[in-house]
Amino acid sequence: MKVHEYQAKELFSSFSIPVPTGQIASTPREASEAASSFSGPVVVKAQIYAGGRGKAGGVKLVDSPKAAEDVARKILNHPLVTHQTGSAGRMVNRVLVEEATDVKTEMYLGITIDRSRRLPVIMASPAGGMEIEKIAVDSPEKIFKEWIAPEIGLRPFQSYRLALKLGLNAPETKQVATIISNLYRLFVDKDCSLVEINPLVINSDGAAIALDAKINFDDNGLFRHPEIEKLRDPNEENQLELEAKKNHLNYIKLDGNVGCLVNGAGLAMATMDLIKLAGAAPANFLDVGGSANEEMIQNGFSLLLSDPDVQAVFINIFGGILRCDILARGIVAAVKHLQVKVPVIVRLEGTNVEEGREILAQSGLDFLRASDLGKAATLVAQALQGVKK
Amino acid sequence: MSILVDENTRVLVQGITGREGSFHTQQMLAYGTNVVAGVTPGKGGQSVHDVPIFNSVAQAMVETKPNVAMIFVPPRFAADAILEAAEGGIELVICLTEGIPVNDMVCVRRYLDIHGIKLIGPNTPGIISPGKSKLGLMAGYIHRQGGVGVMSRSGTLTYEAVNQLSQRGIGQSTCVGIGGDPIIGLSFTDLLSMFEDDPQTEAVVLIGEIGGNAEEQAARYIADTFTKPVVSFIAGRTAPPGRRMGHAGAIVTGGTGTATAKIAALNEAGVTVVESPAQIGSAIAAVI
Repeated sequence: MKVHEYQAKELFSSFSIPVPTGQIASTPREASEAASSFSGPVVVKAQIYAGGRGKAGGVKLVDSPKAAEDVARKILNHPLVTHQTGSAGRMVNRVLVEEATDVKTEMYLGITIDRSRRLPVIMASPAGGMEIEKIAVDSPEKIFKEWIAPEIGLRPFQSYRLALKLGLNAPETKQVATIISNLYRLFVDKDCSLVEINPLVINSDGAAIALDAKINFDDNGLFRHPEIEKLRDPNEENQLELEAKKNHLNYIKLDGNVGCLVNGAGLAMATMDLIKLAGAAPANFLDVGGSANEEMIQNGFSLLLSDPDVQAVFINIFGGILRCDILARGIVAAVKHLQVKVPVIVRLEGTNVEEGREILAQSGLDFLRASDLGKAATLVAQALQGVKK
Repeated sequence: MSILVDENTRVLVQGITGREGSFHTQQMLAYGTNVVAGVTPGKGGQSVHDVPIFNSVAQAMVETKPNVAMIFVPPRFAADAILEAAEGGIELVICLTEGIPVNDMVCVRRYLDIHGIKLIGPNTPGIISPGKSKLGLMAGYIHRQGGVGVMSRSGTLTYEAVNQLSQRGIGQSTCVGIGGDPIIGLSFTDLLSMFEDDPQTEAVVLIGEIGGNAEEQAARYIADTFTKPVVSFIAGRTAPPGRRMGHAGAIVTGGTGTATAKIAALNEAGVTVVESPAQIGSAIAAVI
């Protein structure tokens, strides 16, 4: 789960990580009022989950409350298109108005899980302001790391050792070491999967400040943090995906037109690949669960069909413990109940598969049945060509 | 032979009175698995499908001497259950639970490493040595005993591969789901070294997916050390970056964990990487 920058900064503050003074505004007037409460120039920042806001014109430095109001008017209630949002962009409902910071030094600081070492890793770099992936490619020697042993946690000497790599003077180094320790405490206490300060800056007074803030929370840890769950912004999430979550389905909207319904995440991904290989494109990823029941199949089916892009449906189920005859009844019931108008390709395999196929054959419904994966994909491509004609 | 589990395996099921735990205990018993004990706090003295239940792992250890534990415990209690098994003297823990917080697994995996205890999963369908013992959710009947080792990060995709093999009359030595989470126990590389030493195993199927670098590490091991033929399929070539594809571990971030990189590494190591999951069976038939 992601949160907005202003929410991340509130969390930073509660963990004693310094951030610029700021106020959130949802109208141009509020932006102007916020700007007049600060002395001097302010920064107006669009609040959407996606990155790349600066380059896309979503972050502006202005020198008067009037200018803040004008900029807010241009940004608010308009979609912002960045390299992470897709071409439709994301609607901006709020801007963060902050006191401008006179930047002397820009750095990068981030914490995530290093999967191959199976430990949290803290990464710091004097090459701030750039994406860490870009630093990693262009100048990997400028990224410094500390791995944390969970049995002793992050020790002060490690924070200091990492801060020393950034080429700062003594008082600055000390401040950054404290920020590193506090950021790690936040990472662990709130079950984060990523925390990032980019850039972390030293201002002209020699104070270290988190100019930006990014936090991703581990979805599996959210049950421990109802206060974080409350920060979720439904406007930032795909409506179909939200609906899916309620029904315990794993659904991700994609760009193609073949709706897929599959049991198991790996098979669901493989099914998408198979469709692509056959010359078509998947409209979604949908995993109804490795042990899907009739009801999950019905729910998944109606979710699929509520996507207007779907021109054909491919059901790919490997019935293991769950029998194919039961699953076939679920499919037949769903297709009848939902009055499906697009071609439906079904591939069933596993326990009681013969009975399952019999039920599909005798349903009176016009299923395209495939006995193996390769044939199924070909049928999908052919069915789509039929639709186009 | 076979790896990790066989006819001598004595199984302890933690969370045996839950819906999943109870159902799969019955299925495993029907397959012939030797389930010797169950644990559910507060239900000691009762039994499920004639398997005695104990309040703690420590009690079950004294009375029934299991050597492998299976965890069917909900996410918020699963880390504790794994540690209870490990601390109690179990050699191999199989954790089927999906949804354990990553931070919990960082600590658990660290403890297991320090004490030399093996873990499969979490978020795994389990492990089966066909004809000997089944410790997992898989339908036993699709398997047959033979010489192909199968390892995978996914459940139903593994069934798919196994089914293709069995239908061609090709049996399996041991099939292992390593789990779909970012932090798991035994890796592809760990299993490859066991398959290398197992005389029953003639070839290996490696089913990977996007995210992490377990496949790249396996490729390096295969190139340097592994002597048996390997066939591989990598799921998620069409997955968009930054999106978690069902499994918590299946995510492409910052250009790492892409299918393209994994396929290239495996090809370079001499592995037959098939384009379509429908080709796994025929590719194995071609190399054995």
